[in-house]
Amino acid sequence: MADTLERTKKDFTSDQEPRWCPGCGDYAILAAVQSFMPELGVAPENTVFVSGIGCSGRFTYYMDTYGFHGIHGRAPALATGIATANPDLTVWVVTGDGDALSIGGNHLIHALRRNVNLKILMFNNQIYGLTKGQYSPTSEVGKVTKSTPFGSVDRPFDPVALALGAAATFVARTIDNDRKHLTDVLRQAAEHPGAAFVEIYQNCNVFNDGAFDLLRDKTQGVHNQIRLVHGEPIVFDDGAQCVRLAANGRLEIAAVADTDPAQIITHDVHGPPSLAFTLAHLSQGPTEPTCIGVFREVQRTTYGEAVHEQIARARERSGDGDLETLLTGGDTWTV
Amino acid sequence: MRSFGAGRQYAWLERTTPDTDTRSDPHRLMIATVEERERVVVRFAGDSGDGMQLTGDRFTNATALLGNDLATLPDFPAEIRAPAGTVHGVSAFQIQFASTDVTTPGDHADVLVAMNPAALKADLPTVARGGTLILNEDAFQQRNLDKAGYETDPRTDGSLDGYQVYSVPMTSITVRAVEPVGVGKKEAERAKNMFALGLVSWMYDRPTAPTLEWLERKFGGKPEILDANVAAFNAGYNFGETTELFAHRVEVKAAPAEAGTYRNVAGAQALAWGLIAASRASDLPLFYASYPITPASDLLHELSRHKHFGVITVQAEDEIAAANMALGAAFTGQLAVTGTSGPGLDLKAETIGLAVITELPMIIVDVQRAGPSTGMPTKTEQGDLLAAMFGRHGESPIPIVSASSPSECFDVALDAARVAIRYRTPVILLSDSFLQNSSEPWRLPDVSTIERIDPNFAEPNGAGFHPYARNDDLARPWAIPGTPGLQHRIGGLERENVTGSISYDAENHERMTDLRREKVAGIAASLPELEVDDPTGDADLLVLGWGSTAGSIRAAVRRARDGGDKVAHAHLRWLNPLPSNTGDVVRRYPRVLIPEINEGQLSLLVRAKFLVDARSFSRVQGRPMWADELDDAIEEALRG
Repeated sequence: MADTLERTKKDFTSDQEPRWCPGCGDYAILAAVQSFMPELGVAPENTVFVSGIGCSGRFTYYMDTYGFHGIHGRAPALATGIATANPDLTVWVVTGDGDALSIGGNHLIHALRRNVNLKILMFNNQIYGLTKGQYSPTSEVGKVTKSTPFGSVDRPFDPVALALGAAATFVARTIDNDRKHLTDVLRQAAEHPGAAFVEIYQNCNVFNDGAFDLLRDKTQGVHNQIRLVHGEPIVFDDGAQCVRLAANGRLEIAAVADTDPAQIITHDVHGPPSLAFTLAHLSQGPTEPTCIGVFREVQRTTYGEAVHEQIARARERSGDGDLETLLTGGDTWTV
Repeated sequence: MRSFGAGRQYAWLERTTPDTDTRSDPHRLMIATVEERERVVVRFAGDSGDGMQLTGDRFTNATALLGNDLATLPDFPAEIRAPAGTVHGVSAFQIQFASTDVTTPGDHADVLVAMNPAALKADLPTVARGGTLILNEDAFQQRNLDKAGYETDPRTDGSLDGYQVYSVPMTSITVRAVEPVGVGKKEAERAKNMFALGLVSWMYDRPTAPTLEWLERKFGGKPEILDANVAAFNAGYNFGETTELFAHRVEVKAAPAEAGTYRNVAGAQALAWGLIAASRASDLPLFYASYPITPASDLLHELSRHKHFGVITVQAEDEIAAANMALGAAFTGQLAVTGTSGPGLDLKAETIGLAVITELPMIIVDVQRAGPSTGMPTKTEQGDLLAAMFGRHGESPIPIVSASSPSECFDVALDAARVAIRYRTPVILLSDSFLQNSSEPWRLPDVSTIERIDPNFAEPNGAGFHPYARNDDLARPWAIPGTPGLQHRIGGLERENVTGSISYDAENHERMTDLRREKVAGIAASLPELEVDDPTGDADLLVLGWGSTAGSIRAAVRRARDGGDKVAHAHLRWLNPLPSNTGDVVRRYPRVLIPEINEGQLSLLVRAKFLVDARSFSRVQGRPMWADELDDAIEEALRG
């Protein structure tokens, strides 16, 4: 429900003082979201932020919209109820890597599969911060934490690949400290009708500082961010490197100088998921050149639309339900 | 019409209780005499694929239309198709019908229709001594006897002495009757349940038209199947009429009933319709989220059919999701319900706690089944009372309401919605497997008299909004998204009273804990007092119950009074809070007996709360409590 009222960041900022650790990446994300909300033309009263447990969970308190801070992992289910019951609302889910991919993994994949009209922001810091530093389902193998003093032995999820595998209609990745890229991706997510999944690389400066430096750091980032732009050749590192089709049909990173321009992959967000999936797997994690931007964007009926359309059709067919007719339907007798 | 072959001699019909051979009675040769009986219990039993539930259901319908009072008990295995012919694959349906009021499906069957040896073996213990057994003779072959675990043929080894045994080749007569229709042998054999239905319909003088009309509705699009079933049904009916096999027909006259329009209703239907009625009464769309689980799925099935009432049904990815979706819908201002059975209640516990602290209206239906763990999913129990009461961490009080009969589920759904909405609280509604599946005649309510439920949504008033400011009921405002100026944040963290800001303040936490308790306790002021059925007013014993044991308790108490004992009965609908006079009631009587299908959960609460020496009578056998086992318990309590 877009309208044309003039609003500012203030209209979306609650009176609660944010309480994250100084230097936390969450501050930057909050500022970006509060700043760009007015551009969407959606009134604060028609906006709902839903969160789970973890540092990201506090996000709802700082937005002057309707907000529901749920229990661990269940935000996508809570939000599914909200968005399905009232499709006129714009519903955002704020979650983290532990919340969304560990305890709440089931709800995430099903919200994406159903294409519930939710904007899901997953702050990935590759660590459990609120519980003070255990490894998470996105931590790299060998991660030494309090719960894994000899290093973790289990492989992490790639959140983007997971979302694509769950048939998400919008999948993107961005970085907390790149305000422009972050805002640009969030805007596209907001405009997408349906479930939008955005992984945000977020630095936890207390328990996992520097996890994304290769991409976040200005000087290193230039060489390692593979920025995906729909319809454009995938070239990065100031034009020095590209993603191209290898002889075996796989994608590989190569020097532009050594590559026939026809071999350079042109990014396509609307095609079949195979390209997006391959791009998601181009790197093993943010420790080598990694894709950011929108991986995939396709249109599909949203869950809420389908549910309400079914109700509308049932009413067309049978008229609005009448309680007395319901009770007396079938065999009755009179005494 | 004798579609199974007119003029044929039924030499293969054999009655195995020669002492009561009525074939020698000259009157029997002319026409079956009619015996009038006050009440009869019939049980149909067969393989789970034999269509016994359908047979029972149809018989019930014809019985209801005749005006008998009745109660039914479907009793089926968890396996959809357990190995054919085995005891654990037996599916049964029991009905008691009477010319007076019926309170239970009957402790013991007067008639058992057994479609195979396994059904006989499994259900013979449910048959009253001297009762009638109607056996499908075709199924009593060595192979089936072996599968049922019979070492010798029970029909000839004397183990059925004392029963009236009728051996009828149901399968082969059905196949012959269906022959002209031209369906395959398998389809023909499948119709044998209709033969059994026809036969029992004749025995009890049930009208045939409702069954024939129903078959037409069901199989109208498949003429061959329709004809086969009609032929089988008629064959069974005519078999009763034309053979001299059966001593007599039994007539059970219509029960006197209050004037009104009646229908037969099962608990699952009544509960679903009650929720729809609550949605209409409150003008709130009904939102039902659930995960498939026996025996609660019928509620999801029933509600899913009524989308033209604006009902949203969501089959969630799991129990936890279902609870959260419902809570999300509650936040948006809908009548939010999630339904489950025991294992699902465990999974929903944390979300129910979230509903408690966010103080949102929501209904959690728990159709109890035998536990713990997976337990016996298709069998009944009242084992979740304490789980509903205390099964969450922290101090987490919640109102609990229960239904005591299938039709009462309608009223209880309305009650639950009324309390949830008025007090902004989750409410647990306890049903059970027995209530959900069994049925009884229901005098339809006048829907225009259903009292309106005011959602009383918060409206902007220009002043600052306080999401935890409370009214006289201690309920907080229900401010729904989309309302300008009332944006607020709620969640699982402790809130400061009035403002709703997050608070770790020690005094505030204690205050909020008290408020949540007081709010739930205060609901008692809006509930009717506990009524006691005590004709003389000076009973020596109070029998206090809750839930689906009501019928059995009523029957047992009545018998005790007939025997000269002074026994009172009170039955709780609300279990939390208890009606305000509950303490007075339990203290008024010298002895209190609390029968439950658990190990004494209500009695634990009553003893703890009122310091009375309430005695527990407990049965946990996955079946309804029988009135006759209560007879003994009452006797013992009176003498003890």
